[in-house]
Amino acid sequence: MSSALISINHLRFGFHDRPLYSDLNFTLAQGSLTSLIGANGVGKTTLVRLIMGELQPVGGTITRMPGLRLGYVPQFRNIDSEYPLTIRSFVQLNQHGLWPWHTRAEKQALDAVLKQTELTERQHQLIGQASGGEKQKAYLAQALLTAPNFLILDEATASLDVNTKTELMSLVRQLNRNSGLTVLFITHDLQLAREYTDQYLLLTPDDYELKPTSAMDMAKMPPELQPAEEVQ
Amino acid sequence: MFAYEFMQNAFMASTFIAITCGLVGVFVSARGMSFLSHTLSEVGFAGAAFAVFAGISPLVGMLLFTIVSSIAVGKLSVKASRREASISAVSSLFVGLGILFLSLSDSSSSYATTILFGSIVGISRGDVWQLVGLAGAVLVTLCFGFRSLAFDSFDPDGARAQGLPRNLLSIYFLLILAVSVSIGAQIVGSLLVFILLTLPSAAAKYLGHTLPAMLAISVGAALIGVWLGLYLGYITNWPVTFFIAAIEFGFYFIALGIRRLRD
Repeated sequence: MSSALISINHLRFGFHDRPLYSDLNFTLAQGSLTSLIGANGVGKTTLVRLIMGELQPVGGTITRMPGLRLGYVPQFRNIDSEYPLTIRSFVQLNQHGLWPWHTRAEKQALDAVLKQTELTERQHQLIGQASGGEKQKAYLAQALLTAPNFLILDEATASLDVNTKTELMSLVRQLNRNSGLTVLFITHDLQLAREYTDQYLLLTPDDYELKPTSAMDMAKMPPELQPAEEVQ
Repeated sequence: MFAYEFMQNAFMASTFIAITCGLVGVFVSARGMSFLSHTLSEVGFAGAAFAVFAGISPLVGMLLFTIVSSIAVGKLSVKASRREASISAVSSLFVGLGILFLSLSDSSSSYATTILFGSIVGISRGDVWQLVGLAGAVLVTLCFGFRSLAFDSFDPDGARAQGLPRNLLSIYFLLILAVSVSIGAQIVGSLLVFILLTLPSAAAKYLGHTLPAMLAISVGAALIGVWLGLYLGYITNWPVTFFIAAIEFGFYFIALGIRRLRD
């Protein structure tokens, strides 16, 4: 069995009058592909902030494997149609060398990440005028540039159409399978979670469960997460 | 034209100032701080008036006031939604102070005009070296934090996700901006220094699609503006500031037109 990248033991956390978790226990193994699901306000993003170390637990421990390099793709980005940079320049922002100019090694690393995220052909397109899917790929590419071994995607598919969602998730799964990248994918979309991730962590107001997605029972999922019924 | 020492001084000083303002301006525009740069110009006016009152160099007065007020604005406006109100509050206080110091110091109204509208042809060789030194200091400082500042300016959400020290970067940039305003005010005057900080970079935003391209266009537009402005001022005897303003406006207008045509 592969070793644990993140271990959460007896985690307790809440904001003032609003307790979120009283005793949360789970581990994420190296190379796992997990979706984090739950209704709005149940504490998905808060859990991510705890894992990232932005918030400190009230009780319990979060153990991170030594050598953990975390990449996070936030949910919101402020990129309007007049945003000046190309996809390539935007992705490149996450290279942190000392000097303003980029070295050859940095350019090569950038080329590799653009290839990996299937953006090579579109790299000179203005990101403000790119499609929703291309934007998400660029956000993903930017996070990949620091060579993380653990990637957290926050609602990355929320604003995408079905085909683009599928394409992005295939890419994420490919990164997981080929490069051994551990992925935590926050989503509302049960179908997507079941189809593209190996296990799910479901948070509910007073409980949680971590199970393989093959054991997901749609009927038992919280009603807020049920896919909208198709209108005849 | 270059036979005159005052024109040599003017060209040397304005070259360095245009390079500094052109580069810093790209970040002003990306961070949505055009309004703050305008405010800092007014604060610079108050600083210069204070300097006259206190009997110190106007440049020192400007630096003192712009640095203190930019840090005050930075501290007061941790939340972006509060920034506009904080900037207005700080600027009202400082313009009021400027008027007070000017009236207390009994200096003539022509001095106020010089502060507000600039006096590039009136600067000495000593002033030039001082400005070159300050511009150089800004450029070196900018060089060291460049990548983090670029990330935080062009993609604040991504920079936050990567755990960049955003408050520190904000103060770092405000200090750079304060010094740039103070030195820029020496040529175009404190009332119009924001021209060099906002218009070349706004034009660059429409024309350049990579960071190096934007920086080059912004610096180029600032340089052409000050050089051509000085030349036209020399041959017509009209105010240099007017020509710089008109040229930079032209660049912005053309850049906007090109962008529309492309879309």
